[in-house]
Amino acid sequence: MKRVVITGAGTINALGHDVPETLAAMREGRCGIGQLEFRDVERLSIQIGGQIKGFEAEGHFNRQQMTLYDRFTQFTLMAAREAIKQSGLEFSGDLANRAGVVLGTAGGGVSTWDDNYRAVYEEGKNRVHPFVVPKLMMNAAASHVSMEYNLRGPSFTVSTACASSNHAMAQAFQMVRSGMSPAMITGGSESMLCFGGIKAWEGLRVMSRDACRPFSANRNGMVQGEGAGIFVFEEYDHARARGAEIMAEVAGYAMSSDAADIVMPSKQGASRAIAGALRDGGIAADKVGYINAHGTGTAANDKTECAAVADVFGRHADRLMISSTKSMHGHLIGATGAVELLACIMALRDGIIAPTIGYEEFDPECALDVVPNEAREAKVEVALSNAFAFGGLNAVLALKRV
Amino acid sequence: MSIQDRVIAIIAEQAVLEPSDVTPDSTLEALGIDSLGLVESIFAIEEAFDITIPFNANEPEKSDFDISSVASIVAGIEKLVAERDQS
Repeated sequence: MKRVVITGAGTINALGHDVPETLAAMREGRCGIGQLEFRDVERLSIQIGGQIKGFEAEGHFNRQQMTLYDRFTQFTLMAAREAIKQSGLEFSGDLANRAGVVLGTAGGGVSTWDDNYRAVYEEGKNRVHPFVVPKLMMNAAASHVSMEYNLRGPSFTVSTACASSNHAMAQAFQMVRSGMSPAMITGGSESMLCFGGIKAWEGLRVMSRDACRPFSANRNGMVQGEGAGIFVFEEYDHARARGAEIMAEVAGYAMSSDAADIVMPSKQGASRAIAGALRDGGIAADKVGYINAHGTGTAANDKTECAAVADVFGRHADRLMISSTKSMHGHLIGATGAVELLACIMALRDGIIAPTIGYEEFDPECALDVVPNEAREAKVEVALSNAFAFGGLNAVLALKRV
Repeated sequence: MSIQDRVIAIIAEQAVLEPSDVTPDSTLEALGIDSLGLVESIFAIEEAFDITIPFNANEPEKSDFDISSVASIVAGIEKLVAERDQS
Protein backbone atom coordinates (compact mmCIF):
# COMPACT_ATOMS: atom_id res chain seq x y z
CA MET A 1 0.00 0.00 0.00
CA LYS A 2 1.18 3.52 -0.82
CA ARG A 3 1.31 6.39 1.64
CA VAL A 4 -0.95 9.32 0.72
CA VAL A 5 -0.24 12.98 1.43
CA ILE A 6 -1.96 16.29 0.81
CA THR A 7 0.09 18.61 -1.40
CA GLY A 8 -2.48 21.25 -2.24
CA ALA A 9 -5.56 22.83 -0.66
CA GLY A 10 -8.06 25.38 -1.87
CA THR A 11 -11.33 26.78 -0.63
CA ILE A 12 -13.94 29.44 -0.85
CA ASN A 13 -16.47 29.75 1.95
CA ALA A 14 -18.06 32.32 4.22
CA LEU A 15 -14.82 32.72 6.19
CA GLY A 16 -12.59 33.48 3.21
CA HIS A 17 -12.01 33.26 -0.49
CA ASP A 18 -8.90 31.11 -0.05
CA VAL A 19 -7.13 28.89 2.49
CA PRO A 20 -5.02 31.56 4.26
CA GLU A 21 -8.07 33.81 4.83
CA THR A 22 -10.11 30.85 6.06
CA LEU A 23 -7.47 29.63 8.48
CA ALA A 24 -6.92 33.17 9.77
CA ALA A 25 -10.67 33.42 10.48
CA MET A 26 -10.65 30.06 12.26
CA ARG A 27 -7.69 31.18 14.39
CA GLU A 28 -9.50 34.36 15.31
CA GLY A 29 -12.77 32.55 15.97
CA ARG A 30 -14.51 34.83 13.49
CA CYS A 31 -18.12 34.14 12.54
CA GLY A 32 -19.02 34.07 8.84
CA ILE A 33 -22.73 33.63 9.48
CA GLY A 34 -25.01 36.58 8.83
CA GLN A 35 -28.16 37.85 7.13
CA LEU A 36 -28.83 35.99 3.87
CA GLU A 37 -29.10 38.08 0.73
CA PHE A 38 -31.00 36.72 -2.29
CA ARG A 39 -34.33 37.05 -4.05
CA ASP A 40 -37.45 36.43 -1.91
CA VAL A 41 -35.42 35.98 1.29
CA GLU A 42 -38.16 37.95 3.12
CA ARG A 43 -40.52 35.00 2.58
CA LEU A 44 -38.26 32.68 4.60
CA SER A 45 -38.55 32.10 8.32
CA ILE A 46 -34.83 31.27 8.39
CA GLN A 47 -32.80 34.23 7.15
CA ILE A 48 -29.26 33.55 8.33
CA GLY A 49 -26.49 31.53 6.75
CA GLY A 50 -22.80 31.29 6.01
CA GLN A 51 -23.09 33.02 2.65
CA ILE A 52 -20.04 33.91 0.57
CA LYS A 53 -19.90 37.68 0.16
CA GLY A 54 -17.89 39.77 -2.24
CA PHE A 55 -17.41 37.05 -4.82
CA GLU A 56 -18.10 38.07 -8.43
CA ALA A 57 -17.85 35.12 -10.79
CA GLU A 58 -17.79 37.49 -13.78
CA GLY A 59 -14.21 38.49 -13.06
CA HIS A 60 -12.99 34.88 -13.01
CA PHE A 61 -14.82 33.17 -15.86
CA ASN A 62 -15.62 34.15 -19.43
CA ARG A 63 -19.11 34.56 -20.86
CA GLN A 64 -19.32 31.04 -22.30
CA GLN A 65 -18.13 29.53 -19.01
CA MET A 66 -20.67 31.59 -17.09
CA THR A 67 -23.52 30.04 -19.10
CA LEU A 68 -22.33 26.57 -18.05
CA TYR A 69 -21.23 27.09 -14.44
CA ASP A 70 -23.74 26.90 -11.62
CA ARG A 71 -22.53 28.53 -8.42
CA PHE A 72 -21.43 25.14 -7.01
CA THR A 73 -19.21 24.68 -10.07
CA GLN A 74 -17.83 28.21 -9.76
CA PHE A 75 -16.89 27.53 -6.13
CA THR A 76 -15.27 24.23 -7.12
CA LEU A 77 -13.17 25.81 -9.84
CA MET A 78 -12.01 28.65 -7.58
CA ALA A 79 -10.91 26.18 -4.90
CA ALA A 80 -9.39 23.75 -7.42
CA ARG A 81 -7.33 26.55 -8.93
CA GLU A 82 -5.83 27.36 -5.52
CA ALA A 83 -5.19 23.70 -4.62
CA ILE A 84 -3.60 22.65 -7.89
CA LYS A 85 -1.48 25.80 -8.08
CA GLN A 86 -0.16 25.13 -4.60
CA SER A 87 0.62 21.51 -5.44
CA GLY A 88 2.67 22.59 -8.45
CA LEU A 89 1.37 19.59 -10.42
CA GLU A 90 0.87 19.81 -14.16
CA PHE A 91 -1.10 17.03 -15.73
CA SER A 92 0.25 15.51 -18.92
CA GLY A 93 1.20 12.09 -20.25
CA ASP A 94 0.86 9.14 -17.91
CA LEU A 95 0.08 11.32 -14.89
CA ALA A 96 -2.84 12.93 -16.73
CA ASN A 97 -4.17 9.57 -17.86
CA ARG A 98 -4.21 8.20 -14.31
CA ALA A 99 -5.21 11.28 -12.30
CA GLY A 100 -8.88 12.06 -11.80
CA VAL A 101 -11.30 14.00 -9.66
CA VAL A 102 -13.73 12.66 -7.07
CA LEU A 103 -15.98 15.29 -5.53
CA GLY A 104 -18.89 15.36 -3.12
CA THR A 105 -22.05 17.38 -3.38
CA ALA A 106 -25.46 16.84 -1.86
CA GLY A 107 -27.48 19.04 -4.17
CA GLY A 108 -25.45 19.91 -7.26
CA GLY A 109 -26.82 22.90 -9.14
CA VAL A 110 -29.59 23.79 -6.72
CA SER A 111 -29.88 27.43 -7.76
CA THR A 112 -30.12 26.39 -11.42
CA TRP A 113 -33.10 24.18 -10.56
CA ASP A 114 -34.51 27.02 -8.47
CA ASP A 115 -34.13 29.74 -11.14
CA ASN A 116 -35.60 27.61 -13.89
CA TYR A 117 -38.50 26.23 -11.88
CA ARG A 118 -39.29 29.83 -11.00
CA ALA A 119 -39.20 30.76 -14.70
CA VAL A 120 -41.54 27.99 -15.85
CA TYR A 121 -43.87 27.73 -12.83
CA GLU A 122 -44.03 31.23 -11.37
CA GLU A 123 -43.33 33.34 -14.43
CA GLY A 124 -45.13 31.00 -16.82
CA LYS A 125 -42.29 30.82 -19.32
CA ASN A 126 -42.34 27.89 -21.67
CA ARG A 127 -38.71 27.82 -22.67
CA VAL A 128 -35.52 27.42 -20.65
CA HIS A 129 -31.90 27.93 -21.59
CA PRO A 130 -30.42 24.88 -23.37
CA PHE A 131 -27.69 24.42 -20.76
CA VAL A 132 -29.95 23.88 -17.76
CA VAL A 133 -29.13 20.16 -17.62
CA PRO A 134 -25.34 20.35 -18.06
CA LYS A 135 -25.33 23.20 -15.54
CA LEU A 136 -27.29 21.54 -12.74
CA MET A 137 -26.04 17.95 -13.01
CA MET A 138 -24.30 16.65 -9.90
CA ASN A 139 -21.12 15.80 -11.79
CA ALA A 140 -20.83 19.16 -13.56
CA ALA A 141 -18.19 20.46 -11.14
CA ALA A 142 -16.07 17.30 -11.32
CA SER A 143 -16.29 17.33 -15.11
CA HIS A 144 -15.23 20.96 -15.40
CA VAL A 145 -12.23 20.35 -13.13
CA SER A 146 -11.21 17.39 -15.29
CA MET A 147 -11.59 19.50 -18.45
CA GLU A 148 -9.75 22.50 -17.03
CA TYR A 149 -6.74 20.52 -15.79
CA ASN A 150 -6.60 17.66 -18.31
CA LEU A 151 -7.43 14.97 -15.74
CA ARG A 152 -8.16 11.89 -17.84
CA GLY A 153 -8.36 9.16 -15.19
CA PRO A 154 -11.29 8.11 -12.96
CA SER A 155 -13.64 11.00 -12.16
CA PHE A 156 -17.09 11.03 -10.60
CA THR A 157 -19.28 12.61 -7.97
CA VAL A 158 -20.35 11.11 -4.68
CA SER A 159 -23.58 12.15 -3.03
CA THR A 160 -24.21 11.18 0.57
CA ALA A 161 -25.85 14.32 1.95
CA CYS A 162 -23.72 15.83 4.74
CA ALA A 163 -20.99 13.19 4.38
CA SER A 164 -20.55 13.62 0.60
CA SER A 165 -17.10 15.15 0.62
CA ASN A 166 -15.79 12.78 3.29
CA HIS A 167 -17.01 9.84 1.23
CA ALA A 168 -15.44 11.43 -1.86
CA MET A 169 -12.09 12.02 -0.15
CA ALA A 170 -12.16 8.49 1.27
CA GLN A 171 -12.59 7.19 -2.26
CA ALA A 172 -9.78 9.35 -3.65
CA PHE A 173 -7.54 8.26 -0.76
CA GLN A 174 -8.25 4.63 -1.54
CA MET A 175 -7.38 5.16 -5.22
CA VAL A 176 -3.99 6.69 -4.40
CA ARG A 177 -3.23 4.25 -1.60
CA SER A 178 -3.94 1.25 -3.80
CA GLY A 179 -1.59 2.53 -6.49
CA MET A 180 -4.42 3.06 -8.97
CA SER A 181 -3.56 6.74 -9.34
CA PRO A 182 -0.50 8.80 -8.31
CA ALA A 183 -2.64 11.89 -7.63
CA MET A 184 -6.32 12.67 -7.25
CA ILE A 185 -8.22 15.94 -6.95
CA THR A 186 -10.90 15.61 -4.30
CA GLY A 187 -13.17 17.45 -1.89
CA GLY A 188 -16.63 18.87 -2.35
CA SER A 189 -18.84 21.81 -3.14
CA GLU A 190 -22.30 23.01 -2.20
CA SER A 191 -24.50 25.97 -2.99
CA MET A 192 -27.99 25.70 -1.56
CA LEU A 193 -28.36 29.26 -0.34
CA CYS A 194 -31.26 30.28 -2.52
CA PHE A 195 -34.98 30.57 -1.84
CA GLY A 196 -35.89 26.98 -2.73
CA GLY A 197 -32.82 25.54 -1.04
CA ILE A 198 -33.53 27.16 2.32
CA LYS A 199 -37.30 26.70 2.03
CA ALA A 200 -36.76 22.94 1.76
CA TRP A 201 -34.56 22.90 4.87
CA GLU A 202 -37.06 25.01 6.82
CA GLY A 203 -39.51 22.16 6.45
CA LEU A 204 -37.41 19.91 8.65
CA ARG A 205 -37.54 22.44 11.50
CA VAL A 206 -33.95 21.83 12.53
CA MET A 207 -32.62 25.25 11.53
CA SER A 208 -31.62 27.95 13.98
CA ARG A 209 -32.91 31.48 13.48
CA ASP A 210 -30.03 33.14 15.28
CA ALA A 211 -26.75 31.17 15.51
CA CYS A 212 -25.04 27.80 15.28
CA ARG A 213 -23.87 26.87 18.81
CA PRO A 214 -22.61 23.28 18.72
CA PHE A 215 -22.32 21.48 22.08
CA SER A 216 -23.69 24.49 23.98
CA ALA A 217 -26.72 23.64 26.15
CA ASN A 218 -28.69 26.51 24.61
CA ARG A 219 -28.11 25.43 21.00
CA ASN A 220 -31.17 25.53 18.80
CA GLY A 221 -30.25 24.04 15.46
CA MET A 222 -28.07 24.16 12.41
CA VAL A 223 -27.19 27.03 10.09
CA GLN A 224 -26.42 26.46 6.44
CA GLY A 225 -23.27 27.55 4.68
CA GLU A 226 -21.97 27.34 1.13
CA GLY A 227 -18.66 26.94 -0.65
CA ALA A 228 -16.07 24.39 -1.64
CA GLY A 229 -12.95 22.71 -0.35
CA ILE A 230 -10.61 20.99 -2.81
CA PHE A 231 -7.42 19.03 -2.15
CA VAL A 232 -4.65 17.32 -4.03
CA PHE A 233 -4.09 13.82 -2.63
CA GLU A 234 -0.77 12.53 -3.86
CA GLU A 235 1.27 9.40 -3.44
CA TYR A 236 4.03 10.12 -0.91
CA ASP A 237 7.03 9.05 -3.01
CA HIS A 238 5.65 10.92 -6.01
CA ALA A 239 5.40 14.08 -3.91
CA ARG A 240 8.84 13.61 -2.34
CA ALA A 241 10.49 12.96 -5.69
CA ARG A 242 9.41 16.34 -7.01
CA GLY A 243 10.09 18.18 -3.75
CA ALA A 244 6.47 19.12 -3.13
CA GLU A 245 5.43 20.75 0.13
CA ILE A 246 3.48 18.21 2.18
CA MET A 247 0.67 19.61 4.33
CA ALA A 248 -0.36 16.39 6.10
CA GLU A 249 -0.69 12.67 5.56
CA VAL A 250 -4.02 10.96 5.05
CA ALA A 251 -3.55 7.90 7.20
CA GLY A 252 -6.87 6.09 7.29
CA TYR A 253 -10.60 6.21 6.85
CA ALA A 254 -13.76 4.26 7.49
CA MET A 255 -17.30 4.37 6.28
CA SER A 256 -20.33 2.89 8.02
CA SER A 257 -24.09 2.87 7.66
CA ASP A 258 -26.51 3.12 10.59
CA ALA A 259 -29.10 1.02 8.76
CA ALA A 260 -31.62 2.55 11.14
CA ASP A 261 -33.30 5.89 10.47
CA ILE A 262 -33.42 8.32 7.56
CA VAL A 263 -32.65 11.39 9.71
CA MET A 264 -31.83 10.41 13.31
CA PRO A 265 -28.14 9.61 13.88
CA SER A 266 -26.95 6.48 15.66
CA LYS A 267 -24.21 6.24 18.25
CA GLN A 268 -23.27 2.76 17.04
CA GLY A 269 -22.93 3.86 13.41
CA ALA A 270 -20.79 6.85 14.38
CA SER A 271 -18.63 4.77 16.76
CA ARG A 272 -18.00 2.14 14.13
CA ALA A 273 -16.84 4.78 11.66
CA ILE A 274 -14.50 6.46 14.16
CA ALA A 275 -13.04 3.20 15.44
CA GLY A 276 -12.79 1.92 11.87
CA ALA A 277 -10.72 4.90 10.76
CA LEU A 278 -8.27 4.32 13.62
CA ARG A 279 -7.99 0.64 12.79
CA ASP A 280 -7.56 1.34 9.07
CA GLY A 281 -4.73 3.79 9.76
CA GLY A 282 -3.09 1.59 12.40
CA ILE A 283 -3.53 4.45 14.87
CA ALA A 284 -3.67 3.97 18.64
CA ALA A 285 -6.66 5.82 20.09
CA ASP A 286 -4.50 7.81 22.51
CA LYS A 287 -2.54 9.33 19.61
CA VAL A 288 -5.59 11.34 18.52
CA GLY A 289 -5.25 14.92 19.72
CA TYR A 290 -8.02 16.63 17.80
CA ILE A 291 -11.35 15.75 16.24
CA ASN A 292 -13.13 18.10 13.88
CA ALA A 293 -16.66 17.18 14.89
CA HIS A 294 -19.64 16.85 12.65
CA GLY A 295 -21.07 19.16 15.35
CA THR A 296 -24.14 20.51 13.58
CA GLY A 297 -25.64 22.29 16.58
CA THR A 298 -28.72 20.07 16.64
CA ALA A 299 -29.62 18.23 19.83
CA ALA A 300 -29.68 14.88 18.02
CA ASN A 301 -26.24 15.15 16.44
CA ASP A 302 -24.25 16.70 19.24
CA LYS A 303 -25.38 14.30 21.96
CA THR A 304 -24.94 11.26 19.75
CA GLU A 305 -21.54 12.36 18.51
CA CYS A 306 -20.19 13.05 22.00
CA ALA A 307 -21.46 9.69 23.21
CA ALA A 308 -19.79 7.95 20.25
CA VAL A 309 -16.47 9.70 20.95
CA ALA A 310 -16.69 8.74 24.63
CA ASP A 311 -17.38 5.15 23.62
CA VAL A 312 -14.47 4.83 21.23
CA PHE A 313 -11.85 6.71 23.27
CA GLY A 314 -12.81 5.83 26.82
CA ARG A 315 -10.72 7.86 29.28
CA HIS A 316 -8.76 9.47 26.44
CA ALA A 317 -12.00 11.21 25.34
CA ASP A 318 -11.43 13.68 28.19
CA ARG A 319 -7.91 14.48 27.00
CA LEU A 320 -8.52 15.11 23.31
CA MET A 321 -9.95 18.29 21.82
CA ILE A 322 -13.09 18.27 19.69
CA SER A 323 -14.46 21.37 18.00
CA SER A 324 -17.10 22.23 15.45
CA THR A 325 -16.07 24.88 12.96
CA LYS A 326 -19.66 24.88 11.63
CA SER A 327 -20.18 27.52 14.30
CA MET A 328 -18.14 29.83 12.04
CA HIS A 329 -18.71 28.77 8.40
CA GLY A 330 -22.09 27.09 8.81
CA HIS A 331 -22.99 23.63 7.59
CA LEU A 332 -21.78 23.30 4.01
CA ILE A 333 -23.79 20.05 3.60
CA GLY A 334 -22.02 18.09 0.85
CA ALA A 335 -18.91 20.29 1.05
CA THR A 336 -18.67 20.47 4.79
CA GLY A 337 -16.10 17.72 5.39
CA ALA A 338 -13.81 19.29 2.80
CA VAL A 339 -13.78 22.75 4.38
CA GLU A 340 -13.49 21.18 7.83
CA LEU A 341 -10.46 19.16 6.76
CA LEU A 342 -8.66 22.51 6.68
CA ALA A 343 -9.09 22.75 10.46
CA CYS A 344 -7.44 19.32 10.79
CA ILE A 345 -4.54 20.43 8.60
CA MET A 346 -4.15 23.60 10.69
CA ALA A 347 -4.07 21.51 13.89
CA LEU A 348 -1.41 19.15 12.56
CA ARG A 349 0.77 21.55 10.57
CA ASP A 350 0.43 24.80 12.49
CA GLY A 351 -0.40 23.47 15.95
CA ILE A 352 -3.52 25.63 16.19
CA ILE A 353 -6.88 24.20 17.17
CA ALA A 354 -9.89 25.97 15.71
CA PRO A 355 -12.52 26.77 18.33
CA THR A 356 -16.24 26.06 18.64
CA ILE A 357 -17.57 29.60 18.76
CA GLY A 358 -20.93 30.70 20.13
CA TYR A 359 -20.44 28.37 23.08
CA GLU A 360 -22.40 29.74 26.04
CA GLU A 361 -23.64 27.02 28.37
CA PHE A 362 -22.20 23.71 29.50
CA ASP A 363 -24.22 20.67 28.47
CA PRO A 364 -23.61 17.55 30.58
CA GLU A 365 -24.45 15.43 27.54
CA CYS A 366 -21.58 17.04 25.62
CA ALA A 367 -19.00 16.99 28.39
CA LEU A 368 -15.87 16.99 26.23
CA ASP A 369 -13.20 19.63 25.62
CA VAL A 370 -14.97 21.43 22.77
CA VAL A 371 -12.36 24.24 22.58
CA PRO A 372 -14.96 26.89 23.46
CA ASN A 373 -14.80 30.27 21.74
CA GLU A 374 -11.04 30.70 21.45
CA ALA A 375 -8.45 28.92 19.35
CA ARG A 376 -5.73 27.10 21.21
CA GLU A 377 -2.12 26.12 20.55
CA ALA A 378 -1.34 22.43 20.86
CA LYS A 379 0.91 19.86 19.26
CA VAL A 380 -1.22 17.25 17.56
CA GLU A 381 -0.05 13.97 15.99
CA VAL A 382 -3.34 12.69 14.61
CA ALA A 383 -6.57 14.49 13.77
CA LEU A 384 -9.92 13.00 12.77
CA SER A 385 -12.67 14.56 10.69
CA ASN A 386 -16.19 13.26 11.32
CA ALA A 387 -19.14 13.35 8.98
CA PHE A 388 -22.45 11.71 9.82
CA ALA A 389 -25.09 12.20 7.15
CA PHE A 390 -28.84 12.06 6.88
CA GLY A 391 -29.65 8.58 5.78
CA GLY A 392 -27.24 7.21 8.37
CA LEU A 393 -24.19 7.24 6.13
CA ASN A 394 -20.97 7.99 7.99
CA ALA A 395 -17.40 8.66 6.87
CA VAL A 396 -14.42 9.51 9.08
CA LEU A 397 -10.95 10.46 7.88
CA ALA A 398 -7.73 10.24 9.90
CA LEU A 399 -4.88 12.66 9.19
CA LYS A 400 -1.33 12.52 10.55
CA ARG A 401 1.33 15.17 10.98
CA VAL A 402 4.25 14.75 8.57
CA MET B 1 -33.81 46.32 -37.50
CA SER B 2 -34.65 43.66 -40.09
CA ILE B 3 -35.05 40.00 -39.19
CA GLN B 4 -31.78 39.29 -40.99
CA ASP B 5 -29.92 41.94 -38.98
CA ARG B 6 -31.32 40.68 -35.70
CA VAL B 7 -30.42 37.06 -36.50
CA ILE B 8 -26.93 38.09 -37.57
CA ALA B 9 -26.49 40.03 -34.33
CA ILE B 10 -27.44 36.95 -32.29
CA ILE B 11 -25.17 34.64 -34.28
CA ALA B 12 -22.30 37.12 -34.14
CA GLU B 13 -22.60 37.36 -30.36
CA GLN B 14 -22.53 33.58 -30.09
CA ALA B 15 -19.48 33.37 -32.36
CA VAL B 16 -17.78 36.29 -30.56
CA LEU B 17 -17.51 38.15 -33.89
CA GLU B 18 -18.56 41.54 -35.22
CA PRO B 19 -21.91 41.44 -37.08
CA SER B 20 -20.03 42.67 -40.16
CA ASP B 21 -18.05 39.40 -40.15
CA VAL B 22 -21.24 37.35 -40.47
CA THR B 23 -22.55 37.23 -44.04
CA PRO B 24 -25.65 35.47 -45.40
CA ASP B 25 -23.59 32.76 -47.03
CA SER B 26 -21.56 31.99 -43.87
CA THR B 27 -22.04 28.53 -42.43
CA LEU B 28 -22.21 28.11 -38.65
CA GLU B 29 -19.26 25.76 -38.81
CA ALA B 30 -17.17 28.38 -40.59
CA LEU B 31 -18.12 30.87 -37.87
CA GLY B 32 -16.82 28.46 -35.22
CA ILE B 33 -20.22 27.67 -33.68
CA ASP B 34 -20.28 24.13 -32.28
CA SER B 35 -23.29 21.98 -31.37
CA LEU B 36 -23.77 23.64 -27.95
CA GLY B 37 -23.36 27.07 -29.57
CA LEU B 38 -26.02 26.10 -32.08
CA VAL B 39 -28.64 25.16 -29.49
CA GLU B 40 -27.79 28.31 -27.57
CA SER B 41 -28.26 30.41 -30.75
CA ILE B 42 -31.59 28.75 -31.45
CA PHE B 43 -32.70 29.44 -27.89
CA ALA B 44 -31.69 33.10 -28.23
CA ILE B 45 -33.54 33.42 -31.54
CA GLU B 46 -36.68 31.81 -30.09
CA GLU B 47 -36.56 34.25 -27.19
CA ALA B 48 -35.99 37.25 -29.45
CA PHE B 49 -38.81 36.49 -31.89
CA ASP B 50 -41.21 34.61 -29.62
CA ILE B 51 -41.32 31.64 -31.96
CA THR B 52 -40.66 27.92 -31.64
CA ILE B 53 -38.08 26.55 -34.05
CA PRO B 54 -38.61 22.91 -35.07
CA PHE B 55 -35.02 21.92 -34.48
CA ASN B 56 -33.89 18.55 -33.14
CA ALA B 57 -30.28 18.54 -31.97
CA ASN B 58 -30.23 14.74 -32.28
CA GLU B 59 -30.54 14.79 -36.03
CA PRO B 60 -30.20 18.37 -37.22
CA GLU B 61 -30.26 17.34 -40.88
CA LYS B 62 -33.69 15.73 -40.45
CA SER B 63 -35.18 18.77 -38.70
CA ASP B 64 -37.76 20.79 -40.54
CA PHE B 65 -35.43 23.76 -40.27
CA ASP B 66 -32.49 24.41 -42.55
CA ILE B 67 -29.35 25.50 -40.74
CA SER B 68 -26.93 25.08 -43.63
CA SER B 69 -26.18 28.82 -43.83
CA VAL B 70 -27.08 32.12 -42.21
CA ALA B 71 -29.34 32.85 -45.19
CA SER B 72 -31.26 29.59 -44.78
CA ILE B 73 -31.69 30.25 -41.06
CA VAL B 74 -32.98 33.76 -41.77
CA ALA B 75 -35.41 32.42 -44.38
CA GLY B 76 -36.70 29.83 -41.92
CA ILE B 77 -37.21 32.45 -39.25
CA GLU B 78 -38.97 34.84 -41.61
CA LYS B 79 -41.41 32.04 -42.39
CA LEU B 80 -41.98 31.27 -38.69
CA VAL B 81 -42.45 34.95 -37.85
CA ALA B 82 -44.98 35.30 -40.68
CA GLU B 83 -46.88 32.26 -39.35
CA ARG B 84 -46.78 33.71 -35.86
CA ASP B 85 -48.27 37.00 -37.10
CA GLN B 86 -51.07 35.19 -38.96
CA SER B 87 -52.16 33.11 -35.99
